[in-house]
Amino acid sequence: MLDHIAYEAPAPKVIAGAKEDWELVIGMEVHAQVSSNAKLFSGASTQFGAEPNSNVAFVDAAMPGMLPVINEYCVEQAVRTGLGLKAEINLVSAFDRKNYFYPDLPQGYQISQLYHPIVGEGEVIVDMSPGVARLVRVERIHLEQDAGKSIHDMDPNMSFVDLNRTGVALMEIVSRPDIRGPEEAAAYLTKLRQILRYLGTCDGNMQEGSMRADVNISICRPGQYEKYMETQDFSHLGTRCEIKNMNSMRFIQQAIDVEARRQIAIVEDGGTVTQETRLYDPDKNETRSMRSKEEAHDYRYFPCPDLLPLEIEQGWVDDIAAGLPELPDAKKARFMGDFNLSEYDASVLTADTASASYFEAVAEGRDGKLAANWVINELFGRLKKEDHDITESPVSPAQLGGIIALISSDAISGKIAKELFEIVYTEGGDPAEIVEARGMKQVTDTGAIEAAVDQIIADNPAQVEKARENPKLAGWFVGQVMKATGGKANPKAVNELVAKKLAQ
Amino acid sequence: MSIDIETARKVAHLARIKVEEDRLPALAHEFNDILGFIEQLNEVDVEGVEPMTSVTPMRLKRRVDEVTDGNQQEKVLKNAPDAREGFFAVPKVVE
Repeated sequence: MLDHIAYEAPAPKVIAGAKEDWELVIGMEVHAQVSSNAKLFSGASTQFGAEPNSNVAFVDAAMPGMLPVINEYCVEQAVRTGLGLKAEINLVSAFDRKNYFYPDLPQGYQISQLYHPIVGEGEVIVDMSPGVARLVRVERIHLEQDAGKSIHDMDPNMSFVDLNRTGVALMEIVSRPDIRGPEEAAAYLTKLRQILRYLGTCDGNMQEGSMRADVNISICRPGQYEKYMETQDFSHLGTRCEIKNMNSMRFIQQAIDVEARRQIAIVEDGGTVTQETRLYDPDKNETRSMRSKEEAHDYRYFPCPDLLPLEIEQGWVDDIAAGLPELPDAKKARFMGDFNLSEYDASVLTADTASASYFEAVAEGRDGKLAANWVINELFGRLKKEDHDITESPVSPAQLGGIIALISSDAISGKIAKELFEIVYTEGGDPAEIVEARGMKQVTDTGAIEAAVDQIIADNPAQVEKARENPKLAGWFVGQVMKATGGKANPKAVNELVAKKLAQ
Repeated sequence: MSIDIETARKVAHLARIKVEEDRLPALAHEFNDILGFIEQLNEVDVEGVEPMTSVTPMRLKRRVDEVTDGNQQEKVLKNAPDAREGFFAVPKVVE
């Protein structure tokens, strides 16, 4: 079975400076919240939107004497994610303390995995357009605790702190600097989210902060990146700046563009870029230095004395691997092969598992291409109009399949099929029964069509004369016949008969 | 490695521990004594010896993914100097 279809690498984004052309080099650190019931080291709930400070165990609040006990399912989820990204799984990993002082971090440190992460090198194939994709290498994935949430706008003088999110498990997924433009960055995040959702390891909800990204950006002259790739020597690349904590695809792209232009202006002016952490301000469309963070970010990492090394067994990893679902790349390749779909259609249908299984149920035993057209154009179009999700579709796969079966057997025309779809969508019911009850069946009986054609020809001698001189006018007769039969005549049969009769 | 007064001041600040200016030289001295002791340990040849992470042969204890804790807002906030509407209230911290 093909894992992924053949693809070519896209051209990197080039930005023209005042003097020269520049390319971008981007690496991303994606923080993905692990889907689990309880937190990474406590038995408190991870439920979003709960009453403030209600999902807090004394471990999360860092009360004296409390000790962390690891949630095994969070470890399993990290391993599953690693396997889904074709990464190596480290059977021994360990936790470290990353020390910093902030009100929403009651421990005064975050438990993370700096020196020995649980997942090593993997990859993500980032689709850009049919036949074009970027292979982005993943350097590592480590498990860590999320921090709490500070709210600054509830009181003029105070910040309010909610520890519900404190201690929820995060996977930090670190990419190599293989992303070459703002669109690729957004596409990388989209693909990563798609894979995590397929795996069920992160819900990918960016509004709720389940996925956030830090973006590292540098610029280089054309040709330098290739030197870096050959040698893996970073000195071929420019100095990078890190833009923190972004949770919008649109802002990520804007921030990359504006940050690259800022760096280009500095370098072309003879200056040098300082490596620092910056914040993107969407209102002003600019990035700003977070100088306050610089000094504070002396994290003084050391191994967490509360936790023994995390040792897992190969057999356990193998069991998780055996239970992996079919992933987006493989599913897309299969849809293209089994249902003869274009890459574009296959991509749309495999965007999420709900759409993919819906389509498979519709296409089962039917014309795959026809099914794809109906699911994508009619159903998705109709659902989008009402802002509905595929899971909220009033038309079941069986019903849509029924409509497609009626088209395939020539029982109804394409035009009637659209009317039928609308009826099923709004009123429900079995498509075949509706067609029968409402007399929507296509008239394929040539005798009946012939009678209608004869009638129209007899009633319109002037038009007949004109049509005999100009055969293009035959369409008018077809239209009249369709009208006379209430749109139920088989258009192909009508066309043939009209042509034949006019030629007589 | 040697710790000067400036480093001692920085470490104290990062840990948010208030140290009076006249106490810094003594603190830097203590740091140096501790580091000196550790340097001494570094002289031991541990080539090929696996680091011992625990004195008892124990596997890291795990918990199952069940909600067994929480729903104790009042207790969590009880020792807070200031709490309002279910939140900890702290002096304003904005980037």
